[in-house]
Amino acid sequence: MEAKVAHDWRLRGQRYRLEGEVCEHCGAKIFPPRDICPHCHQPARKPQTFSGKGEVYTFSTVQSPPQGFERYVPYTVALVKLEEGPVVTAQLTDVAPQDVKIGMPVEMVTRRLYTQNDESTITYGYKFRPVLR
Amino acid sequence: MREVAIIGIGQTPVGEHWTTSLRHLAFEAARNALRDANVDKVDAIYVGNMLSGEITGQEHLGALVADFLGLSGVEALKIEAACASGSAAVRVGTMAVASGMADIVLAMGVEKMTDTSGRETTAALAMAADAEYEVSQGVSFVALNALLMRRYMYEYGWQHRDFANFAVNAHTNGMNNPNAMFRFPVTPEAYERSPIISSPVGLLDASPVCDGAAAVILAPAEYARTLSPAPVLIKGSAIATAPLAIHDRPDPLVLEAAVLSAQRAYKMAGITPADVDFFELHDAFAIMAALSLEAAGFAERGKGVQMALDGEITREGRLPISTMGGLKARGHPVGATGVYQIVEAALQLRGLAGENQLARARLGMTQNIGGSGATIITHILESLA
Repeated sequence: MEAKVAHDWRLRGQRYRLEGEVCEHCGAKIFPPRDICPHCHQPARKPQTFSGKGEVYTFSTVQSPPQGFERYVPYTVALVKLEEGPVVTAQLTDVAPQDVKIGMPVEMVTRRLYTQNDESTITYGYKFRPVLR
Repeated sequence: MREVAIIGIGQTPVGEHWTTSLRHLAFEAARNALRDANVDKVDAIYVGNMLSGEITGQEHLGALVADFLGLSGVEALKIEAACASGSAAVRVGTMAVASGMADIVLAMGVEKMTDTSGRETTAALAMAADAEYEVSQGVSFVALNALLMRRYMYEYGWQHRDFANFAVNAHTNGMNNPNAMFRFPVTPEAYERSPIISSPVGLLDASPVCDGAAAVILAPAEYARTLSPAPVLIKGSAIATAPLAIHDRPDPLVLEAAVLSAQRAYKMAGITPADVDFFELHDAFAIMAALSLEAAGFAERGKGVQMALDGEITREGRLPISTMGGLKARGHPVGATGVYQIVEAALQLRGLAGENQLARARLGMTQNIGGSGATIITHILESLA
């Protein structure tokens, strides 16, 4: 993956703070933001920042990565169900693949998503780690 | 609206075609279909393709294919719907003939996937998913299917080995298909032992990266019998969509677009699932075969795998699937796959499926899945011979 500066800047609210939306008509919490509520199909433009707490809905450990992610193999991707309702696709971090379980509580952290080489721009974003007690 | 029939079919072998370019694969399949239909001119050409821009550096395939067929001047377009591009081209061609805007249409699919490295092709295929919210996290296409497979196993209590018969059946059928990429058998033991690509998905869960092209010639059904000795009626044809990203679907284990497209196709054809003699489904991964059987109404939720375990999917079973090898053994040249499914169903309906000929093949169904389920296209075909 190659960092695209304007593209990454546009996504800063979502990637660094999990900024989504709440529907003022039916109250649905929406992430990623999409401006039309997927539940009631009314306009939904009121910002909502998510807590970053959730649980693992499903996961997979990638052995054969797409180009650009070779240096991170093996890594674990998951669908994380946020406590507010939406589901997010994200990598898990700070956990060994064999220790991941469906239903495991996780929390959002900001980590490096990818970089092309040691001299290129680094793209940061959310990952999720087991909740620290 | 006019009824539409297939009056000619053509395909190339599926495989790693190091000596054949994208344009020549397209040419070969199209020429075979034109010869089979005994026509030399068409009113329009629709070319299904997903990756030509990314892998070959070539877009604008409509004009390219028309040119290399010696048909420049004709209406021609590329149609893209990820892995469902091929049957999308057939759907668009069907609409063109049904509307009366065209009489004879060449609808085809072509894909050249082996000119780039495995990693580059893996990255190109991921473009079918949500670039900003799935792919940026390092999710490969295999990983998306793995996320679904793990949740399916968790919710319904299946083990990985329970899926083995999808691969076993596909390879058994691929052995007798001269155009299949893999013509060797696979045992349940080999399935269980196959290396993990993205847990729990193993190598023998997955269809291969490959090259290929397939084509059909469409015409108004009222003239089809005079144009072809063995025409096949497109009795049902429907596209449906679902949210692009798996995380945006209300229930990830239900292929909602498959439910919708199957229901629309059944309604158009005036049939129920019980009337279908065989089903060319989208077994890009074993989990997709299970979910497709459920969404199309052949199995209850969570029971698609049971059909494989019980042997219902074999050529002798209640609902034969992947009768010429499916995506798993024939191969999955993505933008061509949907047309291969339709060509193979036509072979069964014409009684030309060779050693794999089904005893009963009067009504066949195909289902082609784009992405992880965001575009799903169902066709129902009936023999007019």
